[in-house]
Amino acid sequence: MRRLLLIPLFCFALALPAFAQEEERPKWPGVDEAVVEKYAKELGREAREPFINTDQGDLLLFVFALAGAIGGFVMGYYWHKVFVAGRKDEGQPK
Amino acid sequence: MIGKVLLSITILLSAATPALAMHISEGILPAGWAVFWFLAAAPFVAWGVRQITRKKDTDPSYIPLLGIFGAAVFVFSCFPIPVPVAGSTAHPAGTGMSAIFLGPFASVVVAFISLLLQALFLAHGGLTTLGGNTFSMGVVGSFAGFGAFRLGRLLRLPLFWCGFLAGMAADLLTYLSTAFEMALALHGTEPFLTVLGPIYLAFMPTQIPLSLLEGAVTGGIIVYVRKHRPDILRKLKVLQEVKA
Repeated sequence: MRRLLLIPLFCFALALPAFAQEEERPKWPGVDEAVVEKYAKELGREAREPFINTDQGDLLLFVFALAGAIGGFVMGYYWHKVFVAGRKDEGQPK
Repeated sequence: MIGKVLLSITILLSAATPALAMHISEGILPAGWAVFWFLAAAPFVAWGVRQITRKKDTDPSYIPLLGIFGAAVFVFSCFPIPVPVAGSTAHPAGTGMSAIFLGPFASVVVAFISLLLQALFLAHGGLTTLGGNTFSMGVVGSFAGFGAFRLGRLLRLPLFWCGFLAGMAADLLTYLSTAFEMALALHGTEPFLTVLGPIYLAFMPTQIPLSLLEGAVTGGIIVYVRKHRPDILRKLKVLQEVKA
């Protein structure tokens, strides 16, 4: 019984450094951060906050998801119109 | 198969966080340069609007194409793709592809609208740098992509490789233009080229793999269109010498 309890604990302990590394690992920076803002700062110019700052917590995730969904819908709608419905129309005798 | 693709996309997306852009961020360009780039991009946007208005009146099938490639540029240019070799993310431009199907001037309009929406709502780029970003992604990206595509046709390369060249040129020259705008505005007392070189080279570890991907996607889409709607390419005079 004790062994049964120890095995998951041991596994957890083994995995702890990995979790810690996951926490410490830097995020994937965008090239705006890694290049544009870095070089601008070195040259004496810093980026400032956007006029409408949606970069607040999960709000940005929401607007990105919304933008992706709307963009994807528009693209899919017209794709269907051109490559599915449009293709059928092309095949019909005029 | 679809499950694997979805899983791959989910992994790619979960590896990234939002607000990872390539555009010049808000406030980086001094006021004079911000105005200069607005003025430089404005004629291209105005001519593009004129062309779209003309084309939609003469060709009803132009609007659906505008919808597809306009939305594609918007989605592509706010879609951060992690590049493991560089440890950072960037996104494709999409303007090479839109320039082929819509024409380079209309592609500038599409890029301008995408960048405006991103600056307003996605904390991506900026309103003061909108002119600069429109010039690099819209003007330079579209014309570089269109020019590379035409060059490929002149050299009688297969259609896929023409699209590949267009996608790659649009991506790499967009970043060259971004580096150029930054170096021009911020080099101060340092020689211009010693500022331009390191900025452009710093983009390369991320952009070279990404431009290959963008080239493959652009080439793939052109081949797809040739297979399923060759009449579109004939209308664009791409298939004159190719024979579908």
